[in-house]
Amino acid sequence: MDRIPILKMGDFLLVTVQVDLYDRLAVGLESDLVNMINKHNARGVLIDISAVSIVDSFMGRILGNIAQMSKILDAHTVVVGMQPAVAITLIELGLPMTGVHTALNVEKGMELLKEKISASNGVISEEDDSPE
Amino acid sequence: MIVLNKETIKIETEQDAVFLRKRVTEYAAKIRMGLVNQTKLLTAASELVRNMLRYAGKGHVLCEVISLSILQTGIRLTFIDKGPGIKNIDDAMKDGFSTGKSLGVGLPGAKRLVNEFTITSQVGKGTSVSILKWKNG
Repeated sequence: MDRIPILKMGDFLLVTVQVDLYDRLAVGLESDLVNMINKHNARGVLIDISAVSIVDSFMGRILGNIAQMSKILDAHTVVVGMQPAVAITLIELGLPMTGVHTALNVEKGMELLKEKISASNGVISEEDDSPE
Repeated sequence: MIVLNKETIKIETEQDAVFLRKRVTEYAAKIRMGLVNQTKLLTAASELVRNMLRYAGKGHVLCEVISLSILQTGIRLTFIDKGPGIKNIDDAMKDGFSTGKSLGVGLPGAKRLVNEFTITSQVGKGTSVSILKWKNG
């Protein structure tokens, strides 16, 4: 079965979807990502969909699910690089993608993730490095 | 209305849906359909193929390149299955209605994305959905 690779970089997980999504691939990504967040204590997930030419209601819902699931696991999700035609289509389809953070490109997405993580760490002044 | 090209694609697995997407992209490129219209057509097709696989298990798609005039060409896709059919089409076309556990945007959403949308269904016999997207529409 095909899989979308997930890369770990520090506190972040990076996913670049380089193939066109189909349902089973999207569902696989969802469960892989949630497992990876848990395994690596990731604080942020960045999903690059710049090579994805269509996102329909099912794939849109999976992206929303990933954002919500990672939120419960204390990680932030940012979806980056959506093609303009895909954005137009999603809105006309009736899928506003509420609850999913988006950014124009990978660079801006990373900035957003770092901001979000430092904001949620803001309460504690020093980073907690005590062993688990 | 003249049919320029005709092809039937069998849909039995999700991989067939990927193949259909590729073929439609090729046809769309041939008639030089714009990227936004192409994306809308493909997204609508993706919703309908999912419905077909989920409710009927399999079916086939008739792909046609049609021409109204020299200026106006388009692609018509007809999704035909022999599944359980739809009891109440009016309900099925409502936003947020689903007998499955989906969001219920598939059918009404697909309709919004294309220029023409026709659906006929007979309970116990099957469903046929036809969508048409003009190159400039």
